[in-house]
Amino acid sequence: MCYDNKKMRRFQLIEHTADTGLIAYGHNLAEAFANAAYGLFSIITELDKVKEIESQEVTVNAEDTESLLFKWLNDLIYTFEVKHYLFKRFDIVEFAKTSLKATCWGEKYDPSRHHIKIGVKSATYHLLEVDEGKNRVQVIFDV
Amino acid sequence: MSPWTGPLEKVDDYRWRIPKSYKSGMRVDGLIFSSKELLDEVKEEQALEQVANVAFLPGIVSYSLAMPDIHWGYGFPIGGVAAMRLSDGVVSPGGVGFDINCGVRLLRTNLTEAEVRPKIRELMEALYRNVPSGLGSEGKIRLRHGEIDEVLAKGARWAVEHGYGRRNDLETTEEHGEMRGADPSLVSGKAKERGTPQLGTLGSGNHFLEVAVIDQIHDEAVAKEMGIEQLGQVMLLIHCGSRGLGHQAADDYISVMVNAMKKYNIEMPDRQLACAPINSEEGQNYLAAMRCAANYAWANRQCIAHWVREAFCKVLGKCEEDAGLEMIYDVAHNIAKIEEHELDGKKVKLCVHRKGATRAFPAGHPDIPPKYARIGQPVLIPGDMGRFSYVLVGTEQAMKESFGSTCHGAGRVKSRAAAKRMLRGEEVLRRLDSRGITVRTGSMKGLAEEASEAYKDVTAVVNVAHNAGISKIIARSRPIGVIKG
Repeated sequence: MCYDNKKMRRFQLIEHTADTGLIAYGHNLAEAFANAAYGLFSIITELDKVKEIESQEVTVNAEDTESLLFKWLNDLIYTFEVKHYLFKRFDIVEFAKTSLKATCWGEKYDPSRHHIKIGVKSATYHLLEVDEGKNRVQVIFDV
Repeated sequence: MSPWTGPLEKVDDYRWRIPKSYKSGMRVDGLIFSSKELLDEVKEEQALEQVANVAFLPGIVSYSLAMPDIHWGYGFPIGGVAAMRLSDGVVSPGGVGFDINCGVRLLRTNLTEAEVRPKIRELMEALYRNVPSGLGSEGKIRLRHGEIDEVLAKGARWAVEHGYGRRNDLETTEEHGEMRGADPSLVSGKAKERGTPQLGTLGSGNHFLEVAVIDQIHDEAVAKEMGIEQLGQVMLLIHCGSRGLGHQAADDYISVMVNAMKKYNIEMPDRQLACAPINSEEGQNYLAAMRCAANYAWANRQCIAHWVREAFCKVLGKCEEDAGLEMIYDVAHNIAKIEEHELDGKKVKLCVHRKGATRAFPAGHPDIPPKYARIGQPVLIPGDMGRFSYVLVGTEQAMKESFGSTCHGAGRVKSRAAAKRMLRGEEVLRRLDSRGITVRTGSMKGLAEEASEAYKDVTAVVNVAHNAGISKIIARSRPIGVIKG
């Protein structure tokens, strides 16, 4: 379980035999998406070692909200793998059911300071849920 | 997650059926190759529900199959096999998985444990240095702009043409390491960006390099045909896949399929089973892109095998010929292929999905190397790093019952988090060391996640495959050195 500064629950991990997943929460759906991204990077690395010194814009469009979550998280995995960014803050500046624009803050991976705990290959659609009423999302990663 | 409580009918000691009456929408029964003991573990999670869900896929024939190492995956179970008619069937990227053509390559040597053991630490260090591994690892290969397309089209042949290994390695690689019908223009720029720097890298997770020693030979004549001649003989095993390129290609096409499902009016109980008709543009494009990722994986294992040979020869002070570093075989265990099979007495072409399952073609099958025409295709089953690995061969029974498929490994029983809670990486390292297994790893946590205790006993798995007749055990090896990414 992981909490934010206001003691709001951010996300909790789900155990899945071959893989790992999470349920993320928020005051609104955009915040739940941001917390899912925070959860993803806390699976990858120890986020207390990551500084918020650089940012990248991420824009995602999808057919529906479930696909938006899938693409959002996979875009972040891609950005980490190709540009080596570890992110810890996600300012979602625009959010609609099928599109999202975010400024993601963090820094480039530095092997002398950052420990990579686990490689995440992809978010999956398996058990993927977006609960708009409860501002809660669930996702399983292939690791 | 609660245990699975659906209906399971015993056919015999090694076959169990989920009747299609279980869920409305199942087009065929589920058939699981397993033993009572293994099933008790499988029933603790939802893998059998996934077998039932796969039976919903349009055009599926015979059964939704599960191999003895079945465990809970996403969409398809790991260990799932499903064959679809080309006329009205679908192809599903979830039936291949994110790590397209994850697979295993086995090399023999002329050396024995007695000759290698005194230098094992030096050997593991040399292998660790010569084969890039670990998360986000980048390779030693610098591709020219656009050269990735050649890798995707030619697969292992690209590697051989660039000095990584020998031409005859291709003869003992499934599909000769070069799947036809690969179209690099259908692989996204993002996938190529991820794959370009990672060519020739082992990656992390359950991927590994192993120095192993033959400790049982079940069929001497067949083993000899493969170059497995004596107990104590040293083998080299490589397990890895298509890295970020395959992961991204799978992501891209799952999104394509999610949209295609609406277009073709297909409904599935799990979105991860997203699919499109094989004969549709979406289906054909996926297959052409998947073949590119498969070729990338074969090029990857070809390059790695070259560096493994280099390190081995250097440390042991032998040239390649004296060391006898010949390939036994290279198999894919996450793939979809168009193959000919017999259905109701007629030969038909089917799209066979193998998600954590190994092809197991019998002696005389036209798709296996001439070298193995008399004995059947070698099937390579890696265990966990503390226990055994097996070499089997394909059988006629597999052609009749499992579309020429068998198991692919041990299969997890414990989640990565549960494994880490149980054991620390340092403890795993110490225990393996005390049993004469030298481990070199970049991640202690990764090591704990892959501890033997997290896996089914591979011996129980291959015994079911053998006793059910869908492959035949030839030899067993135990590890003396392991590199975990």
